[in-house]
Amino acid sequence: MILCKVTGSIVSTKKDPGFQGYKLMFVTPIRPDGSFLGKPFLAIDVTSSGKGDTVLVIKDGGSLQMITGSKKIPENAIIAGVVDNLEYAAPGGQS
Amino acid sequence: MLLGKVEGRVWATRKLDVFQGKKLMVVQPLDEDLKAVSSHIIAVDTVDAGVGDVVCLATSKEASVPMEEKMIPVDAAIVGIVDRVDR
Repeated sequence: MILCKVTGSIVSTKKDPGFQGYKLMFVTPIRPDGSFLGKPFLAIDVTSSGKGDTVLVIKDGGSLQMITGSKKIPENAIIAGVVDNLEYAAPGGQS
Repeated sequence: MLLGKVEGRVWATRKLDVFQGKKLMVVQPLDEDLKAVSSHIIAVDTVDAGVGDVVCLATSKEASVPMEEKMIPVDAAIVGIVDRVDR
């Protein structure tokens, strides 16, 4: 899993039926110190996260199929948890 | 499998049931010379590792092997604490 911040969402009415019932959120990878680390990408959400939340994202299609129980979702990223608290000790400031 | 250094911990009450009761650690993947490579990942801890430990990281499907319920959707797990590296 990787740490991301929810940075937006999309609404799509005409879409693959596999997505039915799932929210699609924009998530951007972050370092444990909160700084952004990469480009946003879309992930389906099963934890009802909101914009600004720090979340755990699994980027693995197999895991997504196990979590959703569906093999029909054309997506490999899924939000697996919303982080309440994060303790991080940057080693000698090298993050 | 690769090496990693535990640099922190994450708590998340709202998460997949599969992760209930599991410790989630912030891990910096390391190369064979224990130098940081690629970015941090969050791994399920199965050996009670602590912050500062150098650990063995199982990633992708192998990560679910140490879990009780076999087909758990875990993609990274700490499966060992390294005492010494001889190279």
